[in-house]
Amino acid sequence: MIDEIDRSLIVATQGGLPLVPRPYHAIAEQLGLSADEVMRRLKTMLETGIIRRIGAVPNHYAIGWTANGMTVWDVADEQVDELGTRIGALDFVTHCYRRPRALPAWPYNLFAMVHGASRDECAAKADEIRTLLGDSCRGNDILYSTKILKKSGLRISR
Amino acid sequence: MRELSAVDREILAKLQGEFPICERPYAEAAEQLGISEEELLQRIEHLLADKVLTRFGPMFQIEEMGGAFVLAALASPEERYDEVTALVNALPEVAHNYRREHALNMWFVLATETKSGIADAIARIERDTGLAVYAFPKEREFFVEMKLEARL
Repeated sequence: MIDEIDRSLIVATQGGLPLVPRPYHAIAEQLGLSADEVMRRLKTMLETGIIRRIGAVPNHYAIGWTANGMTVWDVADEQVDELGTRIGALDFVTHCYRRPRALPAWPYNLFAMVHGASRDECAAKADEIRTLLGDSCRGNDILYSTKILKKSGLRISR
Repeated sequence: MRELSAVDREILAKLQGEFPICERPYAEAAEQLGISEEELLQRIEHLLADKVLTRFGPMFQIEEMGGAFVLAALASPEERYDEVTALVNALPEVAHNYRREHALNMWFVLATETKSGIADAIARIERDTGLAVYAFPKEREFFVEMKLEARL
């Protein structure tokens, strides 16, 4: 769990790091902390997984990954963990989750995100997943995104 | 969409994680890229201005702070799509929102500081839009590693 100081650090950095030579010092000054404390706390948050990573967050469309497909699969509940582990291990799958179905509208319980420069490339990757699943696949779909409506990432308020 | 220089590509390839936590992190990262601190700062600024980067900084995992992160979807009538988008995006809890080709044509991620915040946000969206929201909380994560290199 986080305390009030961690929280203020998250609020100060969630929109991005200051683009100045000493960004952690700038944050420290803004929050009335020492730079050492800011760096120590950020390191701790990295170690504990509160921060997944620090760096550039690209707009995937702008760097050539113009197609992304959310592939969704209906597999037996007793097989989903084994199959999800295998699909998650494919090098082109960027996210892979087990999620609940919402019957009757939504029969799928396994989600795997694939990216490509074209829909054909995404479809070829979906085919590979299909092959891996074999007879375990009872139904599937691929949902292409056609527009980013919002991408602000996490935002917590003060 | 703009062409990326070789240096910009390097920045994207090498700086999607492991940005250092030290007194002069840009200088340290720049040295590994073989450019000056000033050049790196300028390039990041341009990449942000051109929207090649959406952000430069820490990516937080709200679940590790006691919060929740849930994928949800709704089916918006086409004629109301812009209005519904505005209503959904108005919630600060909506971290990402994508239009997708399916009867469920709007897919968004809710990030809330408490577990109960998800139900509140969903109730609010259902009330504001008059549409049913389907929640797909992750039951298990098999893999997450979203680091794609530039391919332009």
